Amino acid sequence: MTHADKAAEFNKNEAKVNWHDKALWYVREKRDKSAHGVIGWEHIRDVASGIKANVLSNLDNYLIEFEKNALNNGIKVHWASDAKEHNEIVSKILADNNAKKVVKSKSMLTEECHLNPHLEAQDIEVVDTDLGEFIVQIAKETPSHIVLPAIHKTKEEVDDLFQEHIGTKPSEGNPEYLTNEARKHLRNKFLNADAAITGVNFAIAETGGIVVCTNEGNADMGSHLAKVHIASMGIEKIIPKEEHLGIFLRLLARSATGQPITTYSSLFNKPAEGKEMHIVIVDNGRTEQLSREDFRASLHCIRCGACMNTCPIYRRSGGHSYDATIPGPIGSILSPGKDLTKHSSLPFASTLCGSCSNVCPVKINIHEQLYKWRQVIVKDVKQPIVKKSILKVAGGVLANRKLYNFSGRMARFMLKYAPRFIVYSKLNAWGKARDLPEVKGQNFDQWYKVKRKNNG
Amino acid sequence: MKVGLFIPCYVNQLYPQVAIATLELLEKLNVDVYYPSTQTCCGQPLGNSGYEDDSKGACQLFVENFKEYDYIVGPSGSCIYHVKKHFDILEQTPDVIRVRNNAYELCEFITKILRKTNLGAKFPHKVGLHKSCHGLRGLHLGSCSERMDAHFSTEENLLNAVEGLELMSLNRKDECCGFGGTFSVFEEAISVKMGRDRVQDHLDSDVEVITGADHSCLMHLEGLINRENKPLKVMHIAEILNKSI
Repeated sequence: MTHADKAAEFNKNEAKVNWHDKALWYVREKRDKSAHGVIGWEHIRDVASGIKANVLSNLDNYLIEFEKNALNNGIKVHWASDAKEHNEIVSKILADNNAKKVVKSKSMLTEECHLNPHLEAQDIEVVDTDLGEFIVQIAKETPSHIVLPAIHKTKEEVDDLFQEHIGTKPSEGNPEYLTNEARKHLRNKFLNADAAITGVNFAIAETGGIVVCTNEGNADMGSHLAKVHIASMGIEKIIPKEEHLGIFLRLLARSATGQPITTYSSLFNKPAEGKEMHIVIVDNGRTEQLSREDFRASLHCIRCGACMNTCPIYRRSGGHSYDATIPGPIGSILSPGKDLTKHSSLPFASTLCGSCSNVCPVKINIHEQLYKWRQVIVKDVKQPIVKKSILKVAGGVLANRKLYNFSGRMARFMLKYAPRFIVYSKLNAWGKARDLPEVKGQNFDQWYKVKRKNNG
Repeated sequence: MKVGLFIPCYVNQLYPQVAIATLELLEKLNVDVYYPSTQTCCGQPLGNSGYEDDSKGACQLFVENFKEYDYIVGPSGSCIYHVKKHFDILEQTPDVIRVRNNAYELCEFITKILRKTNLGAKFPHKVGLHKSCHGLRGLHLGSCSERMDAHFSTEENLLNAVEGLELMSLNRKDECCGFGGTFSVFEEAISVKMGRDRVQDHLDSDVEVITGADHSCLMHLEGLINRENKPLKVMHIAEILNKSI
């Protein structure tokens, strides 16, 4: 199914669309308010974008520097070229430590690698401990948003899920009660976990340390309690120096949720006494994206989700309509790089309004890349014959004034005289919910010929 | 100053009144306006659909038609943006570069080049301004709500100078209407929902007339308004600025 099909499905429940739109617009407005409080916000975005561009241009050196410093700190570093290798590395670390129970804090990379099913197939219990991720995990779904994974669920739906899976009492969706119950349930999991898996928000080349940002403190709970901490990171998570955190931490939480900073911004520099810390550095298609000049800036992304909150299409189609690990505008420029055919409808799921590029804290030219992917897709992926023919013919018509005159006359004639049931047939997607323009007596060309003669 | 009047294809065919208002407005402002009779389209519908290569003929014809003018002025931010932004697919000859640099959306031309704001127009109605995305975020006709810049708006400045006109404040000041060219048919459900939400915002804000500098957005909104019999009128900003000037 294309994005349009899934979006149409989502739109069958207009009340839910309105609710989803308003919830995310609220986050967007919080972001605006919070960013307004920072003097020089636009300058900070420029600086952040510049740092990321520098990182991508010198990625090899920074990664080597990072590995060297991490090893010096006593961290074990692993390299994975793809998702499969990543999952195998994680399995091996767990097996070496005889770990059967794993707590995980939010990591879009492990979603991308489909780590959970891989581990579950080996009888390892994996519990997502971020509240939103926990909700989608027990619902057997995927996150619909990278910062608010369960934003597509109402509190009443969460109530039902918790009754079924963790034995809560009916509460009519009381958020306080449900959160407390989830906390109790998860606390047990934390206390009994053999290993903790986290994502990485920033990896600092200069120190060999990593930074994990959460609001719930679940990354800290997990990694401090368990004997083994495994952190999975994409190769693009590098920042050169610790001082650069001052730029990125200011941008990240404000862009994501409108908070000045995430509740926990934890720096992990070395394993604690008697414990193990592993970092798995993953490529999984990133070097290929890096090689595409038009699309490499997509790797600036710090996964704040601001482009989703602002996107008028995302807000009204829901994250699952994108059928990709990373939904929304940023996902629509990343996913085609992974599987062009599967994700070929995503770059068209946009009006190219440009709001995404304006909110992006690292200034990714998202809407320009969407336009560019479209040019690639019509060449490399088979297009519906009708769409293709219409547009190819249009190219000829618009380059030829006589053909243009003829087509204009025909179109106006049809709009004016054709019976309504033909004009508004099933083939006319425009006319399903919208009237067509009323055709006036003459077009401007005809008017001009009579009234003015300044034809240049 | 010789100005070439660019009338987008769909305005020529479907909204001649917008083209006439644009022409009359420029004439009343003492501009020497010419209308190249062999013009067609800027090629945007093709480019936005991924068929940029097939639009080269249309783009080249645009350049041929307008290369001799000091300014190219059109009543559509979106088309002008396409000329400025996406004519990079043509070989950058001096003609192409000149056309790209000298293409102006009508409101911007009036305020920036003619340096006029008060055009002596009269329009005693409650008006809601729809800021088209390509005009706003592409041509920077105003500040965008996402950016932390000082507020300004080319269209608001012109409308605020119209006698009797009351510019209404919207809840979402610059959200996309959902037209998006071929998006409007290929993503029909979302396009319609976005348009409906925009129309509702104007209704909630007591607007009588929706206006804007891009008639493609307005065509989409008008289609919904007419189908659903909403008590709103739709007029291009040129039509308002041309009232009893």
